[in-house]
Amino acid sequence: MQDFGDAFGLAFGLVLNPSADLIEIVGLSLRVSLSACLLACLIGLPLGALLAITRFPGRGAALVVVNALMGLPPVVVGLLVYLALSRAGPLGFLGLLYTPTAMIVAQTILIAPIVAALSRQVLETLHDEYAEQFRSLCLTRWQIMQALLWDGRMALITVALAGFGRAVAEVGAVMIVGGNIDHLTRVMTTAIALETSKGELALALALGLVLMIIALGVNALVQGLRMRGAAQEVAHA
Amino acid sequence: MKLTKLTLAALLATAPMYALADESIIVQSTTSTANSGLYDYLLPIFTEATDITVNVVAVGTGQAIKNAANCDGDVLLVHAKPAEEKFVADGGGTTRTDLMYNDFIIVGPADDPAGVAGMTDVEPAMATIAEQGALFASRGDDSGTHKKEVALWKAAGVDTASGSGDWYRETGSGMGATLNAGLGMGAYVMTDRATWINFGNKQDYQIAVQGDEAMFNQYGVIPVNPEKCPSVNVEAAQTFNDWLISDEGQEAIAAYMVDGQQLFFPNAPEQGS
Repeated sequence: MQDFGDAFGLAFGLVLNPSADLIEIVGLSLRVSLSACLLACLIGLPLGALLAITRFPGRGAALVVVNALMGLPPVVVGLLVYLALSRAGPLGFLGLLYTPTAMIVAQTILIAPIVAALSRQVLETLHDEYAEQFRSLCLTRWQIMQALLWDGRMALITVALAGFGRAVAEVGAVMIVGGNIDHLTRVMTTAIALETSKGELALALALGLVLMIIALGVNALVQGLRMRGAAQEVAHA
Repeated sequence: MKLTKLTLAALLATAPMYALADESIIVQSTTSTANSGLYDYLLPIFTEATDITVNVVAVGTGQAIKNAANCDGDVLLVHAKPAEEKFVADGGGTTRTDLMYNDFIIVGPADDPAGVAGMTDVEPAMATIAEQGALFASRGDDSGTHKKEVALWKAAGVDTASGSGDWYRETGSGMGATLNAGLGMGAYVMTDRATWINFGNKQDYQIAVQGDEAMFNQYGVIPVNPEKCPSVNVEAAQTFNDWLISDEGQEAIAAYMVDGQQLFFPNAPEQGS
């Protein structure tokens, strides 16, 4: 298969000399998935923290449900959001279908359970470690949540990255609610699906490599920030 | 406060900068027209003339009609005449007009396992493929192309249900994806000519069967009915519809060439004025 060689050459060219269209598509991918990641963290982190420190009847079942939602198929989320946002659906009056906002909503629903379930695990372990101290300080539940979220921030960044990775890589949900409309809702994954369906396999693979490079860039950036944060902490200590 | 900053950032990231421009319409259409490259050629000409932006959602004909019936579009441009007429009769669209046609072909591997290469009558060709048990990859997705294929099997007197999963393989996906799958397994595939000419992954495949009038592929255009769907951009949708069937639009369709071949043949009825 010569497609592999072609793909690497093409990908190299695309990264060095990106077209305006490619920059637009990459920009939209990042905007949609980073926004979804941010919203999912705003929902998922407090939820995870709450689940980590509270004990209530049916908690076991709630944890099973949250964990199971990590496996939500993107195409099902896309369908649900489509049915809700369709003109014939309950939220149709908002006119959001086939807009990036609809794509952000779908990806947020997709990854919020991942952020909640993973952060619950991280924070519960941390909570067990600190339980004695929290009791001796007589902290309120809200203060405990804040303390846990702050102290677990390094691990939680990895949780957020897992959510971002899932969002930026999925195609099923954004294809249905975004419609893969050129210059409006086309993102990296739907562009890859389109080029594949046109039989332009080398170009599709090249776009896939570009997507990997972007994911690598985001992760490297976060890693850099994390190391700077750690260095500052050492300096303050 | 960290949280408020984050919230603000989130709001900024999702805020209304995405709102659609006033003069834009959504066309629910088929993967075959989009993959053929026709819209990339046609739409800039239309936008130049009218300042109306056209956003194309390319799905199978079945899904396109369903989406339009849910009012998620302003114009429907598909190729499955009975389903289109039903859509209009059900109040989903205002008028259905013949727009253009192209034709279907059956492509197959160069070694031609069923021995149908060069045939111009589609019914005996399909009957032969079934008799030989040669692999055939079908769309299987209720699209216009799939509906046409099913009708041709029926006319050829072949019961595909008994061969399903054996020689008859339904991919349940778009034209391009089905071509990729068919080529991967060495199967015959029925495709519209436009998609095939544009297809970038032909490998050793060649056109096996072509030229039968039964493989005629008629496209129709339907503005979505504003009485049923108040959200429709009526004027812009009608402008697009009228432009497509006008002399200007028809000439633009005829002028679209790939590799020196005309892909679509306009055949809208002569307009009165």
